[in-house]
Amino acid sequence: MSPDLLDATFTALADPTRRAILARLASGEATVTELAAPFDMSQPAISKHLKVLERAGLISRGRDAQRRPCRLEARPLKTATDWLENYRAYWEDGYRRLDELLAELGAEDERRGDPPSGARS
Amino acid sequence: MSDGTGALTVTTPTDREIVMTRAFDAPRRTVFDAFTRPELLKRWFGARGWNLVVCEIDLRVGGTWRFVSQGPDGGDMGHGGVYRVIVPPSRLVYTESFDDQWYPGESLVTYDFAELNGVTTLTSTVLYESKEARDTALRSPMERGVAEGYDRLTALLHSC
Repeated sequence: MSPDLLDATFTALADPTRRAILARLASGEATVTELAAPFDMSQPAISKHLKVLERAGLISRGRDAQRRPCRLEARPLKTATDWLENYRAYWEDGYRRLDELLAELGAEDERRGDPPSGARS
Repeated sequence: MSDGTGALTVTTPTDREIVMTRAFDAPRRTVFDAFTRPELLKRWFGARGWNLVVCEIDLRVGGTWRFVSQGPDGGDMGHGGVYRVIVPPSRLVYTESFDDQWYPGESLVTYDFAELNGVTTLTSTVLYESKEARDTALRSPMERGVAEGYDRLTALLHSC
């Protein structure tokens, strides 16, 4: 996947309406009218969002000239989420160690302060 | 540990930001300390296999910080910056750049510590100078992992 397309993917995902559209399409294809229904937005506004999603390769439009149903294209989304997942995993290691440290510091505080129940020997 | 702690989420709400959210089962005073006291930071900060060997902190607005981590192969990674906002125990803002800077410009790191019923939710926001810098930084842990893998492979091939 080219950096340009990946950039387009992240730009497309930065908008809450577009994320909601993708979430809707995850449960099956839909027309512009169907997609516009839950939003307080005009069809042209929704169409604009769809163009951004289409350019990012996140959705494709059907050939049927009347309906042109939209469907989710999973691959670019997966590349983008793989990135986020790797980034997440990178930080998660440190935060797990921080959990242990915080638990230890909490126990020290209890020892120094008023132990709540005497459960600690 | 209570429910709701432990899950780390990463989002990119704008073109120039990476936002991470993580809950910790501790009061925010303690979590804030763990992010600002060198003797505590040395015990947890860093990715797997990396140890914080230098941790210098001048905790005042305009004061500098400098970290050096040592990797599994003995390689060093240094980074540092300047504290911009310090509001214990709720907010910490500093600039960050790396010795071996691989994305353009410095970034601005903001930590918000919110406490509810003894659980602290930490929101960390990294703001980059450009979208290109953000995407490079976002890609880098994976690239680093790949590079480490290749290093190990090279070592293995040499030993054969």
